Amino acid sequence: MTQAEVDDTLKRIQEHKGVQGYLIINNDGIPIRSNLDASLTQQYAALIKSLSDKARSTIREIDPSNELVFFRMRTKKHEILVAPEKEYTMIVLQATDVQ
Amino acid sequence: MDIQHVYTKKRSEFGRQVIFTDRAVESIADIPPNPDLSREYISRNPVELAIQNVREFSEHWVNTVRFETENRGINHVEGGWPKDINPLEPDQTSRFRKKTEKEDGYSRSMLSLGNLVEHTIKQNNIVDIYENYFQNLQPDVVEEAPYAKTVNIYRDPHNARRTANHISWYADGARKLAVSYCNLEFQSGTNDSFIDSYIWDTENPTKPDLHLKPISPLVCIEFNPKDTHQLVGGCYNGQVCIFDTRKGSTAVEQSLIENSHRDPAYKTVWLQSKSGTEFFSASTDGKILWWDTKKLSEPVETLILDIEKKGRIENALGAMSLEYESTIPTKFMVGTEQGRIISCNRKGKNDAEKIGNVFPGHWGPVYALQRHPNFLKNFLSVGDWTVRIWSEEMRDDCIMWTKPSVHALTDGQWSPTRSSIFFTTKMDGTLDVWDILFKQNEPTLSIQVVDEPLHCLRVEEPHGRLVACGSQNGTVTLVELSDNLCVQGKSEKVLVNGMFDRETRRAKILEARGRARRDARGKSAHGEKTEKATTDGATLESELKEANPIEKAEKDFWKIVDEEKRKRDRKAALAGEKAAAEAGETTQAETAAPTTAETTE
Repeated sequence: MTQAEVDDTLKRIQEHKGVQGYLIINNDGIPIRSNLDASLTQQYAALIKSLSDKARSTIREIDPSNELVFFRMRTKKHEILVAPEKEYTMIVLQATDVQ
Repeated sequence: MDIQHVYTKKRSEFGRQVIFTDRAVESIADIPPNPDLSREYISRNPVELAIQNVREFSEHWVNTVRFETENRGINHVEGGWPKDINPLEPDQTSRFRKKTEKEDGYSRSMLSLGNLVEHTIKQNNIVDIYENYFQNLQPDVVEEAPYAKTVNIYRDPHNARRTANHISWYADGARKLAVSYCNLEFQSGTNDSFIDSYIWDTENPTKPDLHLKPISPLVCIEFNPKDTHQLVGGCYNGQVCIFDTRKGSTAVEQSLIENSHRDPAYKTVWLQSKSGTEFFSASTDGKILWWDTKKLSEPVETLILDIEKKGRIENALGAMSLEYESTIPTKFMVGTEQGRIISCNRKGKNDAEKIGNVFPGHWGPVYALQRHPNFLKNFLSVGDWTVRIWSEEMRDDCIMWTKPSVHALTDGQWSPTRSSIFFTTKMDGTLDVWDILFKQNEPTLSIQVVDEPLHCLRVEEPHGRLVACGSQNGTVTLVELSDNLCVQGKSEKVLVNGMFDRETRRAKILEARGRARRDARGKSAHGEKTEKATTDGATLESELKEANPIEKAEKDFWKIVDEEKRKRDRKAALAGEKAAAEAGETTQAETAAPTTAETTE
């Protein structure tokens, strides 16, 4: 469990087909790591954070013993994969029109 | 006496049960007898008393308070950082990030999240679950009835009763509307009280985006297509003024009153030029003036609309509407107060050369004039309760027209996208959508936009989906049209072109025939005396000729009748013999029949 391993994982993710970028944010919505430009990172961090909080509370509301693990959003341009956890959230953008 | 008691109540409390409670007796007023008053008592004789045995009514009304909304913006800034870190300091933030990355929980959760996300990425790359199997399928064409719906209503925030006279769309996307407000009613006299016009944001109907404060009420306003911040307005007192939305509400430039129009400047139009600073204006004083925003003290050029081409201002026709097409920049057309439509050429050396063809137009003022966006030869005009479509080739008559409407028409415009559609507004508050390919006798769609007269309309360009209508009391309504009213069909352009050509040809033939008849009549009137005798003779002759065939036909007729009669007689005689012979047989058969019937029973 070293930082090298984390780097490897992120590198691997990035090398997959269609992956446009990734972004890791902490619980306060602060981007820890990102390979997008600053303003886009800021925007994604702020907006996805609130969305994921909302989604998590929705799932909890329906069944308190349940937990949100993962969700993805299909858009015209790309798919946004969001994996929230207790402390951190990983967001990956993947292009949808790769053939 | 006017007694009014106003109380407000929440909507949720309407109709709720009333609960009465007991309470102690309370004397509200105590009036002891006054002996002085009794001394002033006078008995009246005789006494008149009116009694009415009808129920008494009183008027009450209840109105809920109008809910005023307001738009506010919030500016978000970066936040969420721990207290001791300044997000603007790159050193501090990067140190914080490094520290987080070194935490044990971070790498653990990263690995698990990484696997999770990777799984999904792979899944996405292997199976496209959103694949469209039927890509080449033609979408079903559903013929839905055309409709239109009101999107927004922009009410004049000021109470003054003013008409929304002219609307201009923001040239760069349909985000803003400039509306000029002015009371044009004859001798109403309330014009000076409030003279602001507004620019509206289409998204925000609660408050105008910008107040325009001219010196005199604006009768028309137009965005500069080259510079979207600039507007030109025509004032009620004849001046023209330039506004700049970046420089605030007041006019940045205005023409000198002595060099301006003497009547309201009813129309201003930006000219197609390199600098984008030139425009021209028209007024009912009979003058067209050309201006340059760089030098607004006096007009660049003047044209007096005297169709006798003598340039006399006393004989000039008052201009009500202008038509200018940027693709043919030297030409323009003027619709006059007297009904004539004048086609002009700016390149003429003098006034006489500038005034070209004169079309008879309408029996009253021409309120709107516009060339067809696709077929520039043809144009429409609105006036005297009808819409007329003209062709430049036909100078004496229009090629198409609508039947006179019950309510007066106030404005009209072609659809920028669909060749066969045009819009008109009426005094009864309806917006009519005409599709000349579909039907010509009545509008395809008629929408009651407001209950008061509509005075102007403007279609948003280039999509043609939104139509803004201005009403008498200053309400601007934004109407959105359905797809089939703004998306051009495949063969529509060809069909409309064909229709215009056909109608032009028809009008030409009619005109030629009319001219021939007029010529003939003129000639016969001229040589009436000499030709009279011969014509009399000719008529007699023809009568004789006609008499012969009649007699002949009569003879033939009787001959045929006689022949037929003879034939029938002969037949009857034959039939009589035959019948006699047959009668014997049938009687025998009849007597036999009952016997057989009996046996079967």
